[in-house]
Amino acid sequence: MAALWTLPLLLSARLLGCLALTPPDELPQPHNLPPSLGFNISHGGPSVDLPMALRVFSVDYHHVQAPFEIVLWIMLASLAKLGFHWSGRVPAVVPESCVLIMVGLLVGGVIYGVRHSAPPTLSADAFFLFLLPPIVLDAGYFLPGRLFFENLGTILWYAVLGTLWNVLGIGLSLYGVCLLAQSSLGDVSLLHCLLFGSLIAAVDPVAVLSVFQEMHVNEQLHILVFGESLLNDAVTVVLYKLFESFLRLPSVSGLDVLLGGCRVVVVGLGGLCVGLFFGLVAALTSRFTSKAQVIAPLFVFLYSYLSYLTSEMLHLSGIMAIVTCAVTMKQYVEANVSEHSNTSIQYFLKMWSSVSETLIFIFLGVSTIQDVHMWSWPFVCSTLLLCLIWRATGVLLLTAVVNKLRRNAVTFRDQFIIAYGGLRGAICFSLVFLIDDFPKKRLFITTTIVVILFTVFVQGMTIKPLVELLDVKRKKRALPTVSEEIHSRLIDHLLAGIEDVVGYWGQHYWKDKFEQFNKKYLRRFLIREDHQARSSILRVYQELERREQRGDEEAPPLVDPRSHSRLLLPEEMDSIRRILSRNLQNFNNKQTPAYSRHTLHQDATTDRTRKPLHRHQSLGERRTHWPQQWYHNSDSVTLELNALSRVLAVCSISPRPVLQDSSATAQTGPADPRPAGDDQVSPQHQVPAGRTPKKQLSFVLENEKQQ
Amino acid sequence: MGSRASTLLREEEIEEIKKETGFSHSQITRLYSRFTSLDKGENGTLSREDFQRIPELAINPLGDRIINAFFPEGEDQVNFRGFMRTLAHFRPIEDNEKSKNPTASEPLNSRTNKLLFAFRLYDLDRDDKISRDELLQVLRMMVGVNISDEQLGSIADRTIQEADTNGDNSISFNEFIKVLEKVDVEQKMSIRFLH
Repeated sequence: MAALWTLPLLLSARLLGCLALTPPDELPQPHNLPPSLGFNISHGGPSVDLPMALRVFSVDYHHVQAPFEIVLWIMLASLAKLGFHWSGRVPAVVPESCVLIMVGLLVGGVIYGVRHSAPPTLSADAFFLFLLPPIVLDAGYFLPGRLFFENLGTILWYAVLGTLWNVLGIGLSLYGVCLLAQSSLGDVSLLHCLLFGSLIAAVDPVAVLSVFQEMHVNEQLHILVFGESLLNDAVTVVLYKLFESFLRLPSVSGLDVLLGGCRVVVVGLGGLCVGLFFGLVAALTSRFTSKAQVIAPLFVFLYSYLSYLTSEMLHLSGIMAIVTCAVTMKQYVEANVSEHSNTSIQYFLKMWSSVSETLIFIFLGVSTIQDVHMWSWPFVCSTLLLCLIWRATGVLLLTAVVNKLRRNAVTFRDQFIIAYGGLRGAICFSLVFLIDDFPKKRLFITTTIVVILFTVFVQGMTIKPLVELLDVKRKKRALPTVSEEIHSRLIDHLLAGIEDVVGYWGQHYWKDKFEQFNKKYLRRFLIREDHQARSSILRVYQELERREQRGDEEAPPLVDPRSHSRLLLPEEMDSIRRILSRNLQNFNNKQTPAYSRHTLHQDATTDRTRKPLHRHQSLGERRTHWPQQWYHNSDSVTLELNALSRVLAVCSISPRPVLQDSSATAQTGPADPRPAGDDQVSPQHQVPAGRTPKKQLSFVLENEKQQ
Repeated sequence: MGSRASTLLREEEIEEIKKETGFSHSQITRLYSRFTSLDKGENGTLSREDFQRIPELAINPLGDRIINAFFPEGEDQVNFRGFMRTLAHFRPIEDNEKSKNPTASEPLNSRTNKLLFAFRLYDLDRDDKISRDELLQVLRMMVGVNISDEQLGSIADRTIQEADTNGDNSISFNEFIKVLEKVDVEQKMSIRFLH
């Protein structure tokens, strides 16, 4: 995995050379260049004078300067994050993004104080090329597919029309304000105002994610706000570029506006297609990674990043491309690669997006401290006010229309949260720096920073109490029971059938059609032969095994039919759910994946009281929590094993690949810490007396028997 | 198609269906044209074969049971009234209906009636209980061939255990309602019938 780090580090080192933080003992280089696009490669001053004699001990900072500084920044970000979580009551009140910005402000202030010049700033290229993709990729990979597509119409409605409404509204009203305050703001033209409107109106996915993840509102609300923030990128990009090119043109005609409209469609759909293409290629590649499993995760990242870069190259929407890529390749990649690779992918995604997000917020704070500010009370205040007003009216109007077409109306409380949760973030910040220079640019920069800080701090901090105050419907904490699962599936099938009878091509119809297409063509082509039926019960037992190897000491998920306890073991629930979701035809897994940056497993996992089933004799006192049958009934063990072997026989898949899988990764994965750790744990489990090792050994024996 | 529909369906019938099911005039006419397009024999009733000709329904795992639900006890033909009566269960519940006449009989698309419809998909013998076997049958239909009988049996047992409050090892209708109380049935079991 070291290879993964050096590549982006080297690339960013070159580009982020402008972020050079000259150490105090150096000759102070005059960094008087405007920190906006800082493409100056720092030469770092004269190197240390080499005396004639040979030195035993020497310091050569410049050799490692760039990567050293980058690592220091990342270290700062991560330590700040750690500190945040250890700081007691603070996480409950203040969202993480706020704290990070404050840390950034502090650091920026310190640097300013020490060097008496502006601290390094977030260069737009670094942001768009390196910091943004991991976050969006993470969001796309863990997107709850079913919910997203069910609400796609509404999301698109908000994203496209809502953004247009906001942009035009804010731009035009700001122009009105500029006209009113002729004295100070007279030289801001209409196009400038529209340009500013286009960059300030967009809701930012990074900020939304970081604030909403701690709130646990109901999933529909979450997906609406979050989906909107992802998809409005297409509109924002086009409008921004459109107005920018209009600024350069001598005159603007109606035809140009029309072309601009077409461009929105092209940009959005183009990004989608690029993402689809790369997603399918990635899925196909993952099919052949069985012999080199260690680098399988690499393909996921490479292809996603390629899709992003390609669409940026073609001036299409990079965010849409990378999200589509992630959504497309997820199910095939998960079926194709080994469990270890899956875990690696997920962990790396979380880690990278976490680091990116932290860095972004810190840099937002640092970049606020600079001497390019220009303040203008009317402009700043009116921008703030207008942003709020236009967003609120936009949401109200659009929801009124869209509620007529939805099965599930968006309530007023939800609407309020949608309007209030429209946070601005680093995308606006980077875009404002990219504007061509003109007299009032500094005013724009200042205003953008103020708006971002306002939305993140004021709205970010108050939204959680508001959610509780308004009693917005929260996320269902408990996972559905088995009954609910089964009956819900029944109802889904029933509804699909009734829709067929009525001849109504509703959601169920299209979902069915897609699933059939998927099964018939895509899965056959993109998933390894011996993993085709992997979507069946084999997964349950591999999940079992994986958990035991991880040392979670959880109970085997099979239900002992003879035990008449009412206790629902979470692990067995999970496995039953897995069986159902993999096997019940045509409907996707309803599990909402983790949004949280900090955990990988579902929130509910941490909510359920973890009741580890200790099998060791020494922990006898815990046994009283459990029905005695569970422990002492050795028949249940045999039953489980019989079921196991029978199921494996039914599946007619040789269990060999399963075992080979884990052993292969164990042998070939020295750099990957996780499988190595797992394999160290499992032999330990073989040793102590107890049912786990016996079961595992028996499992192995059963497999041998079947050869 | 439209003209044929309107001549064959009398106004009084439309009014009666409207009162019974709550569909609007245009919805009824539209569904009538669907009915006639399914009715290949052109005798004003649908048989089981007519339903089975619908391609997607044939691959639906619960296809046969859904078709059965349209036909009243023991009969092989269903007329338009019966067709509409069944479909009325899936009309979305409108807010203004909720506060209507409390003494009037429950509309066909109430939550209880929707759940009863789903319940009847399991309970073939109409004894008002879902036995373990009935549950297993439906599970097997939904799950396919990849799971062993034993595994399926455990799932069925768990389902019954979760619902069963009186210990008779089967699920009664009230227990069924109780289990699904957290599920938004009104929304799940509704189709937007286009106007």
